[in-house]
Amino acid sequence: MAKTQKTDDQVWGELAVTAVPRKPNCRLLRPSILLLMALVLVLLGYGILSPGGGRMLGSLGAGTAVREPDRLQVVTLSRKAYPQPKALTPPRTDVLVLTPWLAPIVWEGTFNSDILNVQFQLQNTTVGLTVFAIKKYVVFLKLFLETAEKHFMAGHRVIYYVFTDRPDAVPRVALGPGRRLQVLRARPFARWQDVSMQRMQMLSEAAEQGFLREVDYLVCADVDMQFHDHVGVEILSPLFGTLHPGFYGRPREAFTYERRPQSQAHIPWDEGDFYYSGAFFGGSVPEVQRLTKACHQAMLADRANGIEAVWQDESHLNKYLLYHKPTKVLSPEYMWDQQLLGWPSVLRKLRFVAVSKNHPEIRKSESGGQPAGSREGSPEGAGRAGRAVGN
Amino acid sequence: MHRKRLAWSLGLCLLAGASLWVLWVSVQNWLPVSYLPYYLPCPEVLSQYPQPKLLLEHRPTELLTLTPWLAPIVSEGTFDPELLQHIYQPLNLTIGVTVFAMGKYTRFVQRFLESAEKFFMRGYRVHYYVFTHDPAAIPRVPLGPGRHLSVIPTQGHSHWEEISMRRMEAISRHIAGRAHGEVDYLFCLDVDMVFRNPWGPETLGDLVAAIHPGYYAVPRQQFPYERRPVSTAFVADGEGDFYYGGAVFGGQLARLYEFTRGCHMAILADKANGIMAAWQEESHLNRRFISHKPSKVLSPEYLWDDRKPQPPSLKLIRFSTLDKDGGWLRN
Repeated sequence: MAKTQKTDDQVWGELAVTAVPRKPNCRLLRPSILLLMALVLVLLGYGILSPGGGRMLGSLGAGTAVREPDRLQVVTLSRKAYPQPKALTPPRTDVLVLTPWLAPIVWEGTFNSDILNVQFQLQNTTVGLTVFAIKKYVVFLKLFLETAEKHFMAGHRVIYYVFTDRPDAVPRVALGPGRRLQVLRARPFARWQDVSMQRMQMLSEAAEQGFLREVDYLVCADVDMQFHDHVGVEILSPLFGTLHPGFYGRPREAFTYERRPQSQAHIPWDEGDFYYSGAFFGGSVPEVQRLTKACHQAMLADRANGIEAVWQDESHLNKYLLYHKPTKVLSPEYMWDQQLLGWPSVLRKLRFVAVSKNHPEIRKSESGGQPAGSREGSPEGAGRAGRAVGN
Repeated sequence: MHRKRLAWSLGLCLLAGASLWVLWVSVQNWLPVSYLPYYLPCPEVLSQYPQPKLLLEHRPTELLTLTPWLAPIVSEGTFDPELLQHIYQPLNLTIGVTVFAMGKYTRFVQRFLESAEKFFMRGYRVHYYVFTHDPAAIPRVPLGPGRHLSVIPTQGHSHWEEISMRRMEAISRHIAGRAHGEVDYLFCLDVDMVFRNPWGPETLGDLVAAIHPGYYAVPRQQFPYERRPVSTAFVADGEGDFYYGGAVFGGQLARLYEFTRGCHMAILADKANGIMAAWQEESHLNRRFISHKPSKVLSPEYLWDDRKPQPPSLKLIRFSTLDKDGGWLRN
């Protein structure tokens, strides 16, 4: 018994020997952990103290920090050959290319796609294209998407947001690399006017819920259209509207603004820059969110007062863009109806054009609702793009 | 046992670091960055103005009004000053101006400031930053309400080329150090110039350059770019949009900081190689504006040389050289 009993010291000594062999490199573990912690802290500190991070912190404190409105960050362009711009020879002298508030009006000939593509590609720009295909209008999706694949933002990342009440009817269209499609649910209102107006509500809600945060810019388009020619990054800016094809040469008194003072969309006779189309507008996500929210709330106020604007969401869009000037305006090249308006020489390209709605399936009346084609016969005229009042 | 504990603490450290980084990245996206809106928030005071005419009967202005990358070229007739005033006034902006008055150039400060008080950003808050080696030589010019002047002592140099090249460094350091808390936009102007007509919010933009008065009607091969390939300011024959003047540039602070810093780095690189660009910082500025295109371009109205006769394409000279032969005595 006495032989096996060890002293405490002996026991501890044996344990110490067997447990962790005291190798020299073990001693380095503790300082190396400290070094690692120091490294992490230094990296964080660099992130905060460098100008980019400092800007973020500055905005916390001062509250007046400015984020670049057009989100064009510092961009280094690769050296590519292109012709020199001629200061005394404007490429277009037949049309206005700059609004009085210094927003470009985008016509063919005014821009160089090579330069613009590089500028936007270097920031990995992603563009969202929203379209509403309710009830029978799903039939327009195939041509819309197929032509978009050919002409819309080629070479850039695109997400199509298709709002529909019939997800199964969304056609399977082959999409190029960097492009995908997301289907979102929408309510099928009976009146086409309500279908049109709900777009503002749905867009603002989707933006708020973060669906549309994966993109840098949002383009909101009508579905009964097709892309006929290049529509690229030249349109992108914080807030853009498109000149309605029926009114681009007309005086402001001829614009079909909402003229009744009771409506939120009211615009007096002596005001107005352009008549913008409700079928093609967009901008950065925060700006589109602001616009759609304002329009939706204005429409709710109108509904509470028992009034509906003469061209629904388009009237409200025009009111918004009058008092919140767009940073770019798109020429009617980006919103045209060739059947109704032909091809005037002032338009060198027809980029986004109406699809003929004399489709027999559209004409068939729906049960319990107005026929989708009723806009053709409505008193106001022949639908959006078709409301040419004689140019 | 000891090793296990160390391994645990190492793992915890890594986890802490990673989570801090993730938090930092997500906070960057959440930060409610105060957004400078482009548009008019309050519609009631919008005054009546004529409708823009879309289809033109005759050529409006001989000057190009839009660059190929869709940046406006600002000249008289392209904008409505009242409309812009309505848009920009509610934004409560502060505009900064940097001028360098080194050596004998201190004598130009008086005329510069007096004319700026008459024509530069009337109705806005303005902050002049006068960089000088001799603060006592800066005259006290009466300033309007909301307008301030700060004298910034700067080290002088023996050669004027050196002074010119050091401007980019001084401006970028000034933005990082002081200007970012005080102004929203900053213009960097030459001091030996005078304002002759209104200079307003039509000039505000993310990154603003001005076309040099001597080269706006000239093919790019004749631009006085730096043509030696060893220089960082080298511009090849087929490159270039406009020849911009080094006497006027500006923009939003963040963009301007990147721009001036980039120029400064390029100047340092040249210095290390023992080379000085043909037109000093103007060469570097031009090189940088090719790869970082300005978001707004000012026509030669905003940077004119009074020794040249005023051409019909320029309707209104706003900022031009001060006649250095004592011409100011005449006024």
